[in-house]
Amino acid sequence: MDKVLGTINGMDFTIGDSLLELSYLIAALLFVYGLKLLSHPATARRGNLWAAGGMGLAMITTLLLHKNDSGAGIPLLNMWIIIAFIGIGSAIGWIIARRVKMTAMPQLVSLFNASGGAASMLVALLEYPNAIAGDIGSILVTVLGLIIGSVAFSGSVIAWAKLDGRVGDIMKPFMTYINLVLLIVTLGMGVFVVFSPTPPSDLMWAIYALTVLSLVYGVMFVMPIGGADMPVVISLLNALTGIAAAMAGFIYGNQAMILGGILVGAAGMILTMLMCKAMNRSLLNVIIGSFGGGGAAGAEHEHGTIKEIQLSDAAVLLSYSQKIVIIPGYGLAVAQAQHIVHELDALLEGKGIEVKYAIHPVAGRMPGHMNVLLAEADVPYEQLVEMDAINPDMPNVDVAIVIGANDVVNPAAYDDPSSPIYGMPIIDAHLAKNIIIMKRGMGKGYAGIENYLFFNDKTRMLFGDAKSSIQKLVNEIKSM
Amino acid sequence: MEQALIFFFENKEAIFIIALSVFVGIEVISNVPAVLHTPLMSGANAISGVIIVGGIILVGHANLTSFSLNLVLGVLALVFGTLNVVGGFAVTDRMLEMFKKKKK
Repeated sequence: MDKVLGTINGMDFTIGDSLLELSYLIAALLFVYGLKLLSHPATARRGNLWAAGGMGLAMITTLLLHKNDSGAGIPLLNMWIIIAFIGIGSAIGWIIARRVKMTAMPQLVSLFNASGGAASMLVALLEYPNAIAGDIGSILVTVLGLIIGSVAFSGSVIAWAKLDGRVGDIMKPFMTYINLVLLIVTLGMGVFVVFSPTPPSDLMWAIYALTVLSLVYGVMFVMPIGGADMPVVISLLNALTGIAAAMAGFIYGNQAMILGGILVGAAGMILTMLMCKAMNRSLLNVIIGSFGGGGAAGAEHEHGTIKEIQLSDAAVLLSYSQKIVIIPGYGLAVAQAQHIVHELDALLEGKGIEVKYAIHPVAGRMPGHMNVLLAEADVPYEQLVEMDAINPDMPNVDVAIVIGANDVVNPAAYDDPSSPIYGMPIIDAHLAKNIIIMKRGMGKGYAGIENYLFFNDKTRMLFGDAKSSIQKLVNEIKSM
Repeated sequence: MEQALIFFFENKEAIFIIALSVFVGIEVISNVPAVLHTPLMSGANAISGVIIVGGIILVGHANLTSFSLNLVLGVLALVFGTLNVVGGFAVTDRMLEMFKKKKK
């Protein structure tokens, strides 16, 4: 069937070549269509399957139809090795994806992102020696793919380690400068490799050095970032992996790879910007990390006193309310309290009380973290309300229960210009008639900023692990 | 300057694709509700696993008559790429299944 159909630029092309490109076109369209469906709740699952179908198609046709395009038209070699290792990767990926707990979702997304970045890095690294000296265009895309892929890889590994609680946030003021120097050296090295007239095979030392530099930069760049900035970084790393894949697409002149990669890059950047907007900060500000420096001025405010609440009093307060809003944060995820909190809301709803969840865009450690967490506990979709929708209603709320959230309810965002979070949109918990804050202890939020909400006259603190506190609260309400 | 113009002309199709895909990417996901942020990110992440196609071509054109570091790295690229693709789509599906279940 592989008949020569015609000639373009002096090279024969066959039915197979033509079918291959056609399949790439279909795959690219399926990526776009899938992503489109993914952004609407009703069609999201179908969208994911369409995109997966496009990927399967591109993989199969590449295996069957791809030819060495150096004129000879040699079919792919090593077919069985390729199939075997694709099989291994698929099996591992499938098992991890099916087995892992839903609460470990942010880690898992980071881990998969890391593996995509690693693949891009390796492809660029191995294709580099095949580049022709002086062909600046193709060396440029290879080097870009290498740098971006490496940063996405090591950055995502660090993000995974942080989300998994294996690594803490390490933020020293001088790190900003080290990172800046590291970035300049890495880019300088990249420029040197791109413009050097030396044949690529003699520049391998430089390409290895560049790989190491990029990997180190990825580590250093994610290391200081934590807390509410984490969703921004996760989404940014995601975009980077897409761009790295697109660069590799350039190496092979493969349109499906270019389109798929750039699509992910653009979508990821939009999501990143959305997260930044939710914090009223610029992307640069997040990366450089201005937190930690500016918070000191806030210490001059008078503190007032902290008022605790007994479980029995909290149970009475909740039982005689009409409208309750639960504001979850990362602490809810850490305490694994999503199931018990749903039990609490079901119990209260059973008493005819209206219970809603107020979701801040950057609550948790990845975009939409709280939604996934509460969905796992079967909290109905309609009960989750976004920040902008719930805020106008907050003055009518009898009790706002803040569980493991801190900065996203800190009124300093409104009235303390010296605070690092000044200007960030928050959930107006302080407008509710009563506020119950569940907290482990009096530690500050990630940003290290004092939260005046704790000292509000309407606020009562309920100290302890969120899961056991809510459990006791549920028992208390039941026994009433 | 001349170099840049040559680069543009030689790669004009790819550059067109990039320019247009940026807009498609932005357009397609704008106004996505917060509830879908995680699945969207995870699904997009799986699509970036399209690098696997590069991995297949890479290993498919390598001369693997003898064991070498390149062989190990190439094969690793394949495993990482499929891990991203299969794991990414599977976990997104699982997440969305969960969203659907609770709607009933």
